[in-house]
Amino acid sequence: MASEGAGLEFHPMDQFIVKPLFGGDVIHWYTPTNATLWLFMAVLAVIGLMVLTTSRRAIVPTRGQSVAELTYGFIYKMVEDVTGKDAIKFFPYIFTLFLFILCANFLALIPMSFSTTSHLAVTAVMALGVFLTVIVVGFAKNGVGFLKLFWLTSAPPVMRPILAVLEFMLFFARPVSHSVRLFGAIMAGHAVVKVFAGFAQVTAAAPVAILGVVAIYGLEMLVAAIQAYVFTILTCVYLKDALHPHH
Amino acid sequence: MEGNIAELGQFIGAGLAAIGSGAAAIGVGHVAGNFLAGALRNPSAAASQTATLFIGIAFAEALGIFAFLVALLLMFAV
Repeated sequence: MASEGAGLEFHPMDQFIVKPLFGGDVIHWYTPTNATLWLFMAVLAVIGLMVLTTSRRAIVPTRGQSVAELTYGFIYKMVEDVTGKDAIKFFPYIFTLFLFILCANFLALIPMSFSTTSHLAVTAVMALGVFLTVIVVGFAKNGVGFLKLFWLTSAPPVMRPILAVLEFMLFFARPVSHSVRLFGAIMAGHAVVKVFAGFAQVTAAAPVAILGVVAIYGLEMLVAAIQAYVFTILTCVYLKDALHPHH
Repeated sequence: MEGNIAELGQFIGAGLAAIGSGAAAIGVGHVAGNFLAGALRNPSAAASQTATLFIGIAFAEALGIFAFLVALLLMFAV
């Protein structure tokens, strides 16, 4: 969208283009692309963090083992507090989601890497997985009683049918906001970094641009962790609805 | 500068949708500010409520994200 001859050229969205790794233009479902490479790197990072560091299980933990144990304990406590003690059987699923998103977000911050979570295709699959889990678990555990989720007994009786319609619509907006929140935060953040980097083309503004990139980068580190946390905590909240639909 | 009215409308609409981001910022600031006000009155209870804080922020942010989605749809999908 940068017009010709304007002096400054911005291509903040070019970093999100999916390219095949080994040349060519055609992308089939089996083509290894930069997206699949960095998704795989995220999986490797999770394995490196959780399996390699805890394989020796020392009484006095190493630094890596401490990080792994603290992360485990943090999410375990969160599932217990938000979803309830009977939801611990969902802990592996929630912990996997958290670690994968956290590692993918942090790997995306490496310069020249590819930000996988800035693609709606990646986040939508995870959000739809949570959505379908909530529906399946809700009906399997409560039967038709799961529909009480939409019937707010705390509201005045006249309001209940209207609120039921609203709650029903809100229920289907969940996977949308769940996925777009992560995708939007990561994509917008990375685009802002590139826009600031573009200002470095003006020599006079270059020091300010570099300082700006450093500041935004620091903010992005925070956003990467917070968005992983928010995605996980919302998964917990949605699963609580499936397990205890009575308000 | 050539273009058509539809493209003009897309850009204006996307810009208007960005107002929603500002509105979401007000919402998130309201949640965080009120949390801080409560937390300073009773710091011992604050730690147990950080999860609620983040859930509140996430829900306030959701509507801003819908505005962002509208802007994206206008720019790239329509």
